[in-house]
Amino acid sequence: MELVIDTISKDYGQQRVLDNVSFKMGDGEIVALVGPNGSGKSTLIKTLATILDPTSGKITLDGADIRGIDPIELAKRVGYVPQSFSYTLYSTVFETVLMGRRRYITWSVSDEELSRVQLALDSLEMGDLAGKFMDELSGGERQKVFIARALAQDPQVFLFDEPTSALDIRYQIEVMETMRRITREQKSSMIVAVHDLNLAYRYADAVVVLNRGKMIGYGKPQDILTPDCIRSVYGVDSFAIENEFGKFIVPFRARP
Amino acid sequence: MPDITQTDAAPPSTVHSLYKAGSGRRITLIVFLLFLLIAAAIFSAGIGTVAISPEDSVLSVAHACAVSVQNFLHTYLPAVGAWYDSIPFTIPSPSNPQAELIVIGFRLPRIILAILTGISLAVAGAVMQGLLRNPLVDPFMLGLSSAAAFGAAVAIVIGPGILGGLVLIGSNSFIIILAFFFGWLSMLLVYGISRARGVNQATLILSGVVIGYIFSAGLIFLQYITNNDQLRDLVIWLMGGMWGASWSAVLLLIPLTLIPFILLERMSWDLNAIAAGDNVAKNLGINVNRLRLSGLMISTFAASCCLAFTGIIGFIGLMGPHICRMIIGNDHRYLIPCSGLMGAVILLISDTAARTVMSPVEIPVGVIMYVIGGLFFLFLIIRARGRGLY
Repeated sequence: MELVIDTISKDYGQQRVLDNVSFKMGDGEIVALVGPNGSGKSTLIKTLATILDPTSGKITLDGADIRGIDPIELAKRVGYVPQSFSYTLYSTVFETVLMGRRRYITWSVSDEELSRVQLALDSLEMGDLAGKFMDELSGGERQKVFIARALAQDPQVFLFDEPTSALDIRYQIEVMETMRRITREQKSSMIVAVHDLNLAYRYADAVVVLNRGKMIGYGKPQDILTPDCIRSVYGVDSFAIENEFGKFIVPFRARP
Repeated sequence: MPDITQTDAAPPSTVHSLYKAGSGRRITLIVFLLFLLIAAAIFSAGIGTVAISPEDSVLSVAHACAVSVQNFLHTYLPAVGAWYDSIPFTIPSPSNPQAELIVIGFRLPRIILAILTGISLAVAGAVMQGLLRNPLVDPFMLGLSSAAAFGAAVAIVIGPGILGGLVLIGSNSFIIILAFFFGWLSMLLVYGISRARGVNQATLILSGVVIGYIFSAGLIFLQYITNNDQLRDLVIWLMGGMWGASWSAVLLLIPLTLIPFILLERMSWDLNAIAAGDNVAKNLGINVNRLRLSGLMISTFAASCCLAFTGIIGFIGLMGPHICRMIIGNDHRYLIPCSGLMGAVILLISDTAARTVMSPVEIPVGVIMYVIGGLFFLFLIIRARGRGLY
C-alpha cells in the first residue's frame, strides 16, 4: 500500500485552508498531523476520506487517484473516524460498530461479520458494552465506539480526526497503543490528527506540521517537533526532557 | 458475560447472542402485529349498524374471492376454469345473506384504505426520521399536510368556479388530484431550496416548515373568502377520514403503497448507516445526498397518494415508528415493516372506533387519533426525560 498526497490545496471560497500539502506513506506507518486549531488538519483528513474535494492536487492510493476509485471499493480500503459524530435514539453499541461492515453486508448479517464486530470491541476492551444504548455511554466511550467501527471496517488506511480528544489519559494511551499494534500486525497505516504533541512523539513514524494550511515540517517526530518549531507554529515556549521512558515535550508558556 | 478470550471452542459471544436475541424480538413483533392487524380487520368488518359475526366476515371475503376467481377463469381461461370447478371443496356463503354485500361493498374497502394509509404514513415517518436523524420529523412536518390541504381547498373553493359546472363540489376526483399534486409539489420545493443550500438535515427541516407556513397562509385565505357550504366540505376534508373508500381507490393505492414500501425497505442498510452521521456514511461509500433526496421523494409520494383520498391524518407518521423504535430499536430492515404494520393497526382501530362509538353518527378519525397521539406523546416525553434525552 502506498498513499501519496500530491500538492493538495483546498479553498473555502476565497480562503485557502490547505496550501500545496504533499507527503507519502506506506504499510504499517503512522503519520501524525499536528498544528494549532484551524491549521487544516480536519480539512486534510476529510479530503483524504473523499468527503471534501481538493481544489487542486491529487491523492493516489497504490497509484490510483482516490476520486476515481468506486466509493464502495474505497469504503473497504479507507476507514474514517470523525471529530464529531452523531447517533440516534435507541442505537446500540454493537449496531453502530456493525456499520463498519456495511460494505460486506448485502441483507442478512453473517456470523463472520458479527465476529469482526466482537473482535473490534474486544481490542478496545469494550466487549461488555456491546448491548448498551449509545446515549447511555460517556463521551469517551462513545468516541471509542466510533474507533471500533473503523476497526471493524478493516481498512488499509485509517483516518482519525482527533480520536482521543474526549478520552482521559489512560484511554488516550490505550487507543494509541492499540492502533500502533494493529497497524504493525495488519500492515495498515494511519493518519491521525492530534493535539497532544507527546502522543505524536511517542506513536508516530512521521509528523506533518500544518500551520494556516501550509506544511511547515514533515519528517521523524524527533527531528521535527523541536522547541523552535513549536514556538513558531503554536507561539508557545517549550523544552524537551529525556529519561528512561523516552523523550517528552513540555510546553510551559504562551509567548506574548 | 461469556468468556470471549477462549476462542478455540468459539463460544457464543455477546455480539452474536445480542444480535440473535434482537432479531428474535423483531420477528416476534412483526408476526404479532400481523395477527393483530388481521384480527382488527375481522373485528372491524363485523362491527357497525348491522352486526356480522367473525365467521360470516371471513366467509364473505373468502366466498367473494372464490367467486371472482371463478368468473375470471371462466371468462378468460375456460380450461383452467373447468379444473377449478372440479375442486371438491366449496366455500359456503355466509349465513347472514346481507353479510357479503355489507362487508365487500362497504366495510372492506374502508378497512383496506385505513390499512394502506396507516402503512404509507408510518413508513414515510420512519424513513424521514432516519434520513434526517430527527425523531420528531413526520410527513407533515415537512410541509406536506399544509400543501395538500391547500390543494384540497383550491379544488373545493375555486374548482367549481374555474371549471364551471363540470366539477361538482361533491365530486372528489378533483380534490384528490390537487391534494396529491400540491403535497408532492411541497416536497419538490423543499428539495429545490435545500439543493441550492447543500442538503443537510437542518436546511431540509427548516425549508419544510417554512413552506408549510406559506401554504397555510393560502389555506387560511381560502377559508376566509369561501362560503358556508364549501367551508363545510373543506373542514371535513381537513379533519381526515376514510370516507373516500371505494374499490377503485383501494386498487389504485395498493401498488402506490407497496412499491414505495419495497423501494424504501431496500434502503434499510444505508438508513442504518446514516444514523452514525453524514461523514461516516460517506466514508462507507453511501451517496448521502442522493439517498436523502430519493428517500424523501419516495416517502412523500406514498404519503401524498393516501392523503389525497383520506384528508389530513396526523400523528401516525410520528407515533407508529416511535413505538416500534422503542421496542425493537433502529434496524430499518425491521423498523420499516414494523412501523407500517403498527400504523395500519392504529389507524384501523381508530377508524373503527370513529365510525362506531357514536353510531350511526360518524366522528372524524382524527378526534380519536389525536387523543391517542397526544397521550402517547406525553408518555414519550416523560419517558425520554427519565433517560435524559431531548
